[in-house]
Amino acid sequence: MLLEVDNLTTQYGSIAALRSVSLTVAEGELIGLIGPNGAGKTTLLNTVAGLLEPATGSVRFKGEDVTGRAPDAMLRAGVALVPEHRRIFVDLTVVENLRIGGVTVPAKEREPLLDEMAELFPVLRDKWTTQAGFLSGGEAQQLAIARALMSRPQLLMMDEPSLGLAPILVDVVFDLIVKLRDQGRTLVVVEQNAARMLEVADRAYVLRSGELVVEGTGAELGARDDLFKTFVAGGDA
Amino acid sequence: MTSLLQNLIDGLGQGSIYALLALGVAVIFGVMHLLNFAHGELITVSGYAAVAAFGSNLSWWLVAPLIIVVSIVTSLVIERVAFSRVRGASEFTQLLTSFGIHIIVSAVLIMSVGASVKTFAEPPWIFDRIDVGPLSLEKFDLLVIAVTAVTLAATTWLLQRTTFGLSLRAAAADFDTARLMGVDSDRVIRGAFALSGALAGVAGIFWLMRAGNTDPSAGIDPMLKGVLAALIGGLGSLRGAVLGGLALGVAEVLLRSQLPSSVAVLTDAVVFGLIAFLFIFRPQGLITVQHAERV
Repeated sequence: MLLEVDNLTTQYGSIAALRSVSLTVAEGELIGLIGPNGAGKTTLLNTVAGLLEPATGSVRFKGEDVTGRAPDAMLRAGVALVPEHRRIFVDLTVVENLRIGGVTVPAKEREPLLDEMAELFPVLRDKWTTQAGFLSGGEAQQLAIARALMSRPQLLMMDEPSLGLAPILVDVVFDLIVKLRDQGRTLVVVEQNAARMLEVADRAYVLRSGELVVEGTGAELGARDDLFKTFVAGGDA
Repeated sequence: MTSLLQNLIDGLGQGSIYALLALGVAVIFGVMHLLNFAHGELITVSGYAAVAAFGSNLSWWLVAPLIIVVSIVTSLVIERVAFSRVRGASEFTQLLTSFGIHIIVSAVLIMSVGASVKTFAEPPWIFDRIDVGPLSLEKFDLLVIAVTAVTLAATTWLLQRTTFGLSLRAAAADFDTARLMGVDSDRVIRGAFALSGALAGVAGIFWLMRAGNTDPSAGIDPMLKGVLAALIGGLGSLRGAVLGGLALGVAEVLLRSQLPSSVAVLTDAVVFGLIAFLFIFRPQGLITVQHAERV
C-alpha cells in the first residue's frame, strides 16, 4: 500500500472533525473522497499533508510511519496537496508559483519540469510571467494543480478542484484528473460533485460527520441510491 | 533651489540608513508578522564589537565588515534563543518577547561593561565635503547613498533570482501554503533573520561612524527609526520600507534646516506629529500590501 491511514482522529479544540477514519490507497489508484459539507474531507487531507496534527491514529506512507510530520517533510516524502481554495501565490507570477512548487527538486531538474507543465497546461504557457492574481478561476485551479505536480509527488491529493468553476471548466478539471491517472499517478480527490467523481474513481470513500460511512468501487457506490440520501440528509444542515 | 537640492541629498543620505533598518524590520514582519522591537539591539551589540575592535587597534576598513558579521550572528542568536521558542504563540506574545530581548540585552551590557558611554574615533574623512557645482556635499552622505544602492540591488537580486528569495516571498504571502510546497519553515525564518541582520549591519556601520560612540541603550533610536519607516511605508511591503526610510530622512533634514532655529530642536517631535497625521489618513501606510487569499 502506498498510503495507509489507520484510526485517524483529528480535533479542533474539543470537537473531533475526524473520528477513527481508516483508509488505504494503492499505487496508481484514483480515490474519491465524497460526503456533505462538514464531513471531515478537508480535515482528512490536511492531516495527511501535515497541516493538522492528529489526536490519535497513524499515517503510513510507503510503509513508513509519517504521523505528525510537518508539511514540508510530507512533501519531501512524496505527498503533495492542492489545497482547498487553491491558495496560489497571487503576488507571484505563474512561473514563480511553479518554481516554488518545485522548490524541493534540484535546480537543474526544475527547468525540464517547467517544460512538462507548459505542455500539460497550455493555458498557463501563454501567461508564464503574468501575476497569478490576474488568472481566471479555471486558470488558477490549473496553476494550483501544476504547482503541486512540480514536486513530482508519488501521491497527489486535491481538495475540491472543481469548486466555484463554470461547468465547462469542471469538465476540464475532470479530464485532467483522468489524464493524470492514465499517466500512472496516484490521486486522492475530495469532491462535492459526488456523481461525477464516482464515474471516474477506481474506489471511493464516503464520509459523514467525521466518520467513514462506506467504501467501494466507483461503480458500486454510483449504483447505490441510498448513498444520495446521505448527502441530502447530511447536507449543509 | 540649491539649498533644497542640498537638503534633499543630505536627507537621502540619512534616509538610506533608515531604509536599510526599515527593510530589515519589514523582512521579519513579512515572514513572521512580528514587529521586531529588538531590531536596534543588533546595532547596540555591533557598537560594542566595534569598541572592542578599536581597542585592538583595528581600522574602520576591518571594523566595517566585522560589524556586518556581528550583526548577522546576533540576529541569528536572538532568533534561536528567543523567537524560535515563541514561534507558535500569539503575535502579542512575540511582540512582548521583542521588548524583553531589548531589556535583557541592555541589562547584560550594563552589568558586564557598565552603563557609561564608550567612544571611538570616527573615520577622519567623515566631515569632508565635495563641491559639485553650487552644491557642497558630504563625502559621507555620498558613500552611504552608494553603498545603500548596492545593498538594495543585491537584496533585490536575492529576493527575485534565488530559490531562497522565492521561498521567502512565498512564505511572506502564505506561510502554510509555502510549507505545503516544501519550504522548510526553520530555514526560511533563519534566512530572514540573517538577511535582516546583514541589512542592519550595513546600516550599523554608518550609524556608528556618525555616532562615534555606543551605550547599552544605543539601539533604541535606530530601532525607532527603522520601525517607524517600515510603518510609514506600509508594514510588510519591502518597497514601502525603503520608501518610508528615505521619506523619513528627507523630512528630518528638511525640517531641521527650514524650521526656525527655536523649533528646529523639536524636529523629532514635529516628525512624529507628521507621522501621526499620515496614519490618520492612510493607516495602512504608503504602500498597501495585497496578501494572498486567506480563508
